[in-house]
Amino acid sequence: MKKISLLFALAIGVIGGSSFINTDDGGVGKTMPSVMLENLDGDQINSADLENGGNPIVISFWATWCKPCRLELNTIMEEYEAMNDSLGLGIKLVAVSIDDERNKSKVRPVVDAEGWDYDIWLDTNSDLKRAMGVNYPPQTFVLDGNGKIIYSHVGFVPGDEEDLYDVLGYEPE
Amino acid sequence: MKKIILGFFGIASFCSYGQLQGGTVTGNMESNVQYLNTDTLIGATAPDQKVVANTYMNINYSVGKFRAGARFESYLPAIAGYPAFYSGSGMPYKYVQYAGNQITVTAGNFYEQFGSGLIFRSYEERALGLDNAMEGASIRFSPLKGIDLKGVIGRQRVNFFEGQRFLSEGLVRGLDGSINLNEVIPGFSDSKFKISIGSSIVSRYQATNNDTLILPKNVGSYGGRIDMRYSRFYLNAEYIHKDNDPNEQNNWIYNTGHGAIVNMGYSQKGLGIILTAKSLDNMTFRSDRNTIGNQAFINYLPATSNNHTYNLAGTLYPYATNLNGEVAYQLDILYKIPKKSTLGGKYGTDVHLNVSVATDYERDTEAANWEKNRVSYIAQPFAMTDSIFNFDFNLHVKRKLNKKWKASAHYYHFIYNNDVNEVTKLAKHYITSDIGVVDVSYKINRKHSIRAEFQGLFTEKDRGNWATAVIEYTISPKWFFTIMDQYNYGHPDERLQIHYLLGAFGYTHNSSRFMFMYGKQREGILCVGGVCRPVPATNGLTFTFTQSF
Repeated sequence: MKKISLLFALAIGVIGGSSFINTDDGGVGKTMPSVMLENLDGDQINSADLENGGNPIVISFWATWCKPCRLELNTIMEEYEAMNDSLGLGIKLVAVSIDDERNKSKVRPVVDAEGWDYDIWLDTNSDLKRAMGVNYPPQTFVLDGNGKIIYSHVGFVPGDEEDLYDVLGYEPE
Repeated sequence: MKKIILGFFGIASFCSYGQLQGGTVTGNMESNVQYLNTDTLIGATAPDQKVVANTYMNINYSVGKFRAGARFESYLPAIAGYPAFYSGSGMPYKYVQYAGNQITVTAGNFYEQFGSGLIFRSYEERALGLDNAMEGASIRFSPLKGIDLKGVIGRQRVNFFEGQRFLSEGLVRGLDGSINLNEVIPGFSDSKFKISIGSSIVSRYQATNNDTLILPKNVGSYGGRIDMRYSRFYLNAEYIHKDNDPNEQNNWIYNTGHGAIVNMGYSQKGLGIILTAKSLDNMTFRSDRNTIGNQAFINYLPATSNNHTYNLAGTLYPYATNLNGEVAYQLDILYKIPKKSTLGGKYGTDVHLNVSVATDYERDTEAANWEKNRVSYIAQPFAMTDSIFNFDFNLHVKRKLNKKWKASAHYYHFIYNNDVNEVTKLAKHYITSDIGVVDVSYKINRKHSIRAEFQGLFTEKDRGNWATAVIEYTISPKWFFTIMDQYNYGHPDERLQIHYLLGAFGYTHNSSRFMFMYGKQREGILCVGGVCRPVPATNGLTFTFTQSF
């Protein structure tokens, strides 16, 4: 029994390890899974229907209680207008809140008080989080114009936004 | 065991087949390995094995409208403080699903939530060892845009022992419907007034085996909810009634139960106000009437307070919903002092005020007839008493000073009732504490940043005053290094005025991350989403690896 358990743990380790070495990780090359969830207006959304007229989309998993998540979304917000207005890149950011019922009602006031113009989705029971293989927030994905995931990054520290801008083809002043 | 291995290879070959056919494999894994030492001073005890490890791996495979998946779990043995009934390795979670345009059918294990979860929520909170996944079948049907119907049936996972998952004795059945009236009523979709309504019914069947009491085999629970918005104002509410459900938690009384949650708010750019009211009486609903603790919950009873993230505020006197019931209120005000104003500075200043209080509720024993029907009291929704369970005042101010500097200051005042939810044996009745936090960060250049945190907790009870300092150095996008010292300088016993010193570093590569942590961690309470679990003191090395693919 013990031996089998060890083998089993080893198998998990090998699979995990090999995918770590493989650079195509974090769902890169895949498309959005189909999960039903709500936006902030209470409308039903199917995540697989997400599109942005051939322009890139950023998907960012966050929660009201997650400090690095809010730092990331605040940092990107500083460039969001410039990205879309002056450069006309047409980038859309969807911030997927994984707040459960305890904090779900705080999502709208937080979004408004922070002054975010993002699309907000409510993943109250973590269905999309599970489907996209997210362990803990923040985790950020970029979808190209064809809906293919081309970038995935877990965690946020100052400076990480620059990598994201590189992927999006945006150069801040 | 053979089954598991077969299943494992089955899925592995299924996945490789899928890749040939253009299907998609997604998933994630997490591994926590600890090497523990015994440290009698802080009360840390190393197990005989010395090395303990929790490992999880999820695999989802989808092709067209079909999806299948499984989760492997292994506890060899479980990490320090994890519930003791987690042991061994196995595959307790697996499902197959068809997701069409209007209909989704799932067989096997699944997670689901009705409304706010007050009547039904199956979910997982890995950090706490909570997992009440259903095992059975679920269906979701949307006959028209704006109408959503759900049905579930199954037993819940309550235990994972020596590689076997154990299911609840009770069988859970539920139906839920919701209608978005703006989408359904013609010409109403452009209205400024938005409204949707919903209703649920959930029932548990459990055979009876009690010699002295006549127990109900089927216990029902039902209720409704409404969500309204007009311009910047919004209001949502849910009320759930539960039929009499004598159980171990409520001491086998035949009272009915109720749960009510109301949120109302006002929100515009730069300002958000929200008031939450909650009333719970005899509302623990489990898939096994004999279970207590955190297991086998059919419904979810959220805590009504802010989720604190700074260490001293979040782990010493945290509040969780009282399972017998409570009345609670919470007020949040979020305001952004505009940028380029005298008070707001160049970039604006964020202010967040949060106040919450939870009390016992009034039980009218005169009106009840115990002899006749074993109903021990009558409770009215929202009838508070002056017996406080928890009071929490907290204020946060955050400001970006310039392109390089950011700073924030935080103040907390807690009154915690240790008689009701005991977190320490060193104090009785109310523990009053004040906490101050200052957090400063400096961006050295494009890749390098440094952050420092100073926290102080002041109380005359329990283990006295604490001070904490954290320094974190990050190199984007790969590295982080942290040192944390928690010093219990106010402990009444001088020998126990200990420094808990902890060092950590981590490496991130796209969506993979590993972290090493070495040092002493004090005992405390780990809370996620309002559910808490005590974690013991540890001394040793922790290795964490997470990845998604």
